[in-house]
Amino acid sequence: MNAPAIAPALTAQDFKSDYKPVWCPGCGDYTVLASITRALAALQLRPEKVAVVSGIGCSSRIPAYTTCYGFHGVHGRALAAATGLKVARPDLTVLVAGGDGDGYSIGGNHFLHACRRNIDLTDIVMDNHVYGMTKGQPSPTTEPDWKSKLSPAGTGLREFHPLVIALAAGANFIARAFSGDPSGTAAVIGEAIRHPGFSFVEVLSPCVTFRPEQRAWKEAVHPASVAATDDPARAARRLMTDDGFNTGVLYKGTRPAYSAAAGKTTLHPADLEKDFAL
Amino acid sequence: MTDATVANGRVESVSAALAGSGGAGVMTAGNMLLEAAAQAGYFGLMTRTSGPQIRGGEAAAMLRVSTFASDSQDDRFHVLAAIDWQNVNRFASEIPLGEASLLIGDPAQGEPPEAFLKSGARYVPLPLKALAKQVSGGWPNMVALGVLGAVMGLPEEALERAVRKSMKKGGEALAAGLAAVKLGMAEAAKLERSFPLALPRAGAGRWLISGNEAAGLGALRGGVRFVAAYPITPATELLEWLSPALTKVGGTLVQAEDELASINMILGASYGGVPALTATSGPGLALMIEALGLGVAAELPIVVVDVMRTGPSTGIATKTEQADLNIAMYGLHGDAPHIVVAPNSVADCLAATQWAAGLAESLQVPAIVLSDQYFGQARAIIDRPPGAPASGKRLLAQPNAPAYKRYALTESGVSPMALPGTPGVTYTADGLEHNERGTPSSQASDHLAQMEKRARKLESLDCGEDWATLEGEGDVAVLTWGSCTAPVREAFARARAEGIQARLVSLRLLSPAQPARLAKALEGVKRVLVVEQSFSGQFQRYLKAEYDLPGEVHSLRRPGPLPIRPDEIHRTLKSWSRP
Repeated sequence: MNAPAIAPALTAQDFKSDYKPVWCPGCGDYTVLASITRALAALQLRPEKVAVVSGIGCSSRIPAYTTCYGFHGVHGRALAAATGLKVARPDLTVLVAGGDGDGYSIGGNHFLHACRRNIDLTDIVMDNHVYGMTKGQPSPTTEPDWKSKLSPAGTGLREFHPLVIALAAGANFIARAFSGDPSGTAAVIGEAIRHPGFSFVEVLSPCVTFRPEQRAWKEAVHPASVAATDDPARAARRLMTDDGFNTGVLYKGTRPAYSAAAGKTTLHPADLEKDFAL
Repeated sequence: MTDATVANGRVESVSAALAGSGGAGVMTAGNMLLEAAAQAGYFGLMTRTSGPQIRGGEAAAMLRVSTFASDSQDDRFHVLAAIDWQNVNRFASEIPLGEASLLIGDPAQGEPPEAFLKSGARYVPLPLKALAKQVSGGWPNMVALGVLGAVMGLPEEALERAVRKSMKKGGEALAAGLAAVKLGMAEAAKLERSFPLALPRAGAGRWLISGNEAAGLGALRGGVRFVAAYPITPATELLEWLSPALTKVGGTLVQAEDELASINMILGASYGGVPALTATSGPGLALMIEALGLGVAAELPIVVVDVMRTGPSTGIATKTEQADLNIAMYGLHGDAPHIVVAPNSVADCLAATQWAAGLAESLQVPAIVLSDQYFGQARAIIDRPPGAPASGKRLLAQPNAPAYKRYALTESGVSPMALPGTPGVTYTADGLEHNERGTPSSQASDHLAQMEKRARKLESLDCGEDWATLEGEGDVAVLTWGSCTAPVREAFARARAEGIQARLVSLRLLSPAQPARLAKALEGVKRVLVVEQSFSGQFQRYLKAEYDLPGEVHSLRRPGPLPIRPDEIHRTLKSWSRP
């Protein structure tokens, strides 16, 4: 009689596919990918039990760079696709990954409603304050005075504050990480996956090609001086004084995760026909 | 009404409309009248029209009760009864009357609008409100129910059973309802004109169902267990029916924040292996188009039921039209082969939706079901639809399949799909063009190979006899689709009674087109009449693009919401039959 097969422990390498990323050298997304695979290995998940869902953009290429199941959909709709997947398949661990244009601009409405719906998803937004794939246009998180071909005088628009919006809309876990700190980012992502409900991780991930000045982010970031709170009011007060470079977990809520009306599998469609019979 | 339906003073079909302003209860009474017709053993159809108000606007229940099954409205109404005339004139074109018709109104509410009087219909003032007051707690709509029931010769027991079924709480309200109906019947007995129906044909196991409900049931029969919903008139009832129904069969419904979300949610669920559907109308379908293309490229089966309403833009949300054919067929960017199916009766909303779900699953492709407001919101008494044949199943990858390629180039074009959770066959579903493995590729050879693969899937579709409904013979053919099929069928029945032969071809499978099958069905045809409810002739243009039609081609069309009536088609058939 054979001994039951024991699957060997997986390492981060087991979650990396052999595809070569399309990203530029020095892109922050490489280390975000490494952080995700490290977090999945630390949680000892199986690649086939994890789905990575994305939309369009540089960072949205990430699903195929993992050995997990991937869904590379249309621009801005990753959260919607992930919602359908997670509700249909609650047994899976579902990660959503993408950039600030995909997540906050074209996908902004889905972001609000994903926070509000509080489905057990982990949303990782690699924020570089620019549309990189289309070669450098301002995104919702771009500074108002940043000049580009499309906005020669700057946008003049105030930046979207993802953490404030996530908190106001009801996200159950809110954190900020920095791609230049892969261990810290992996730890935050791991915690986000474990936390029930909708977990939002904003990762500052520099675009060295179109925003080379973001190389200086590594000097600007600093760990938050206080621990995560479960009090939304306290989290809101902290965000009032946020300089945008605080990293760590801001908020861990206690709202129960969305659960779909539990289907009773007792009936067959034919059983419903009596509603129409005369 | 037609002369042909009258025999021995009894008619085979009666059309009655009940109109009034909001709160008058015309829909409640209309539904009871339809139920009473069902109880008495008749077939029936109730469509509705209403003003733009959310609540409280003018409305009319339009019924047809007959000894035979029909989804068609008749040419004219035998009787129009109005609780009041507030804005009811707006429905004049939707409720055509003739000299033989009866126009019943409460004199306390003023004279009937000129738009109705000029038809020559006989006006009979009937003090509905005053009569209702004779009964404690009585309502004018229940008096009108009694009047209309008696005018069409429904037995009192049938009306009573319908009222009891509707007012389950019983008590004083029920007693008042029954008394008011009785009073209405007594008043009707004094009328000089009535339209008593011939005896019903025996039949058992009939259903009373709306097209939207039928489509919902078809979806469940087809295996759909995930639905994303964003409300839109006139598709909302389909989603509302599915919500509790899905729970009963172990499925789930999620309300989405918009149609962009609902379509992407069903793609996500389908990617997870759960057959998925959403229902919408034109504006929603327009928003869903981009993601439908993702379904084509990533080869994810989904079903979108479009309950068409008038367009463009918001159009007339509550009224029917067949003008989403172009967007459903050709709206997707790129070359994006997908399935378009159209039910051609209320009952067929069930079969067509089930069929679409099965085709989507077995071919791993999006399917659009083009229903419309006429079918969706009509309630019809139908023969019980036949049992459910097995629906198509998805071809799945086995765990640890060696050298697994999600988009492998197979002969049929269909390749095994790995579902999340299956070890050793993980892949990324992608809207980017890709190679067999699913790796994004910008190479011309991969693009061509995958395009051919996706096209091959639809070519391999074996639709058997289901691609169209074929009836009749002769060298004249009427080509139609969807809800226009109903008046064509009725015109054919009238023509047959006069010895005029013609062929009916009602297409159910619009994409992929079946040119060889249609060519065979039209062999020997010299003249073709294309019947559709669209201003620009979308169906005729589609036929010209996809098929070779024989002989002379004529078009009978108009935009919604006015239906094509049987008489118009019948007249053409008659004129063509003369040597």
